[in-house]
Amino acid sequence: MNASITERQRTSFTEFAAERLIKASGAVAIIFVFLIFAFLLREGLPAFTEVKLDNLLSTRWYPTENYFGILPLLFGSLVVTIGAAVIAMPIGLLTAIFIAEIAPRWLREILKPMIEVVAGIPSVVLGFFGVVVLSSAVRQTLNLPTGLTAFTGAVILAYMALPTIVSVAEDALDAVPRSYRDAALALGATKWQTIWMVTVKAGKSGILTAMMLGVGRAIGETMAVLMVTGNAARISLDLNSLFMPVRTMTATIAAEMGEVAQGSTHFHVLFAIGIVLFVITFLVNLVASFAIFRQNKRSARLLS
Amino acid sequence: MRNLCLIFLGCAMVLTACGSPASAQPSTAGNPKTIEDIGSDTIVNLALAWAEAYQKVNPAVRISVSGGGTGTGMAALINKTTDIANASRKIKDEEKQNARKNGVEPYEIEIARDAIGVIVNPENPVQQLTLQQVSDIYSGKITNWKEIGGEDRTIVLLSRESNSGTHVYFLEQVVRLGNRQDKTLFSPDTLLLPSSEGIMAEVRQNPNAIGYDGLGYITPDVKTLAVAPQDGGEYVRPSIETVNNAKYPIARPLFMYTSGEPQGEVKTYLDWILGPEGQKIVGQLGFVPLQQK
Repeated sequence: MNASITERQRTSFTEFAAERLIKASGAVAIIFVFLIFAFLLREGLPAFTEVKLDNLLSTRWYPTENYFGILPLLFGSLVVTIGAAVIAMPIGLLTAIFIAEIAPRWLREILKPMIEVVAGIPSVVLGFFGVVVLSSAVRQTLNLPTGLTAFTGAVILAYMALPTIVSVAEDALDAVPRSYRDAALALGATKWQTIWMVTVKAGKSGILTAMMLGVGRAIGETMAVLMVTGNAARISLDLNSLFMPVRTMTATIAAEMGEVAQGSTHFHVLFAIGIVLFVITFLVNLVASFAIFRQNKRSARLLS
Repeated sequence: MRNLCLIFLGCAMVLTACGSPASAQPSTAGNPKTIEDIGSDTIVNLALAWAEAYQKVNPAVRISVSGGGTGTGMAALINKTTDIANASRKIKDEEKQNARKNGVEPYEIEIARDAIGVIVNPENPVQQLTLQQVSDIYSGKITNWKEIGGEDRTIVLLSRESNSGTHVYFLEQVVRLGNRQDKTLFSPDTLLLPSSEGIMAEVRQNPNAIGYDGLGYITPDVKTLAVAPQDGGEYVRPSIETVNNAKYPIARPLFMYTSGEPQGEVKTYLDWILGPEGQKIVGQLGFVPLQQK
């Protein structure tokens, strides 16, 4: 009797400790996000009073001469990220489908770890590859003045986003119950119809998460982009702009933060760019989780 | 991030066995004595070569060299985290004021001279330009090589980042031709590359490109143009002679800054740099040695 009470007490104590520990870890993560955001605001907000709004919203970025137009940087980040998403999403999804649904078991067991190894290649290495090999290939095949363009950056970023997209999307497809496929095949659907109309549909929310994680990696990537996009802060609104040099927000922060005088206007503006990046990433995540949330509710309704 | 940059540039290097370039204190105590030397990417290779050679002469002193740019060096000097700041430009008034606020009195020593070469791809038939033409190219007034005697190709402008000392020098002395009232800027189409190696790689492979960089960084597989100081002037290629007799128009002094007049080990080190042994290394690395008095 006594023994079992102490036993129960001990379990309840470990239980209690574990619960608190987990709660604390969760809270710490959230607190850090808030602290980082508070720091960004403290360093970045003075920019909006120190620099006139029409200067901030101009198209000239030349901080050492007090031109602080951030529109070309925003434009650069958008072009490179959208370019990378357009390249990486279809390839990533198709690769995931191949690995999860079509490839024989032995091939699958080779492919999956290999793709995950690709995720471990440091971005500097990819950037170096981009500078030395890809940029001259792009220049010669597309007959451009220079190979250091938004497109080159987008290709490198797509390559970096692919492992994330493939790996997460493949997990999502894998998690679709066997019975769904069996049911579809039993109803006379071909393999392709089963994959496209049943498995992919059922794994939709996981696939969407994969896409968002991939895009998230692309928009925040710095080093490779700094090395291959040419960093010319310019806006051109024609279709050609994908094949012109651009300067992204991340590359600007990385290239200039190390040399800027602390507390100067330039310093504050770089943090203001950080705020803009933070807000964009936040919105992307918000939209993604909203979409996933709705998706879940609908599928839950359908299955009940 | 900054560390990645430095690794890529291949110019951050820790010569001390135990210290790191980021270590916060210029160690005043402890044995052996460590000298921190941070700043200009233009000077970093030279500073490394000096440090290595000096440690053979004087093993009791350890010298920790890192790059990051003139601005980085100045910031470190102002924050008292380095003994020596390398600078490829003179200290700005703004920096001087900040230093004084922190109780640092920057002391300037000219350590070598550097010529900036204007470079193109070897396939490009253009051999020479006037300073005015280089200015017009970089401000975006000339956009095609055929306007200056080359092939019908768009000119691709390459430059270091706008906060590098080399960029600032080139803007003031070449793009604005030394005119302080002039507010001309680099063309917005200029590609700002994060390192000398980035500029070399692009010029090496792209016949449309024009770039500029310190003589010590220019590799033999690109073509250095001869530059004339004014229209009708003599076209001169950069070299030790043409810099010393002031014929080549794009040359500048390189500096080291210390907090107050150098003392103790730092003074001994700087005297050695300015002496014959130190200046011999300057020449070996492609910079221009100071003329010995």
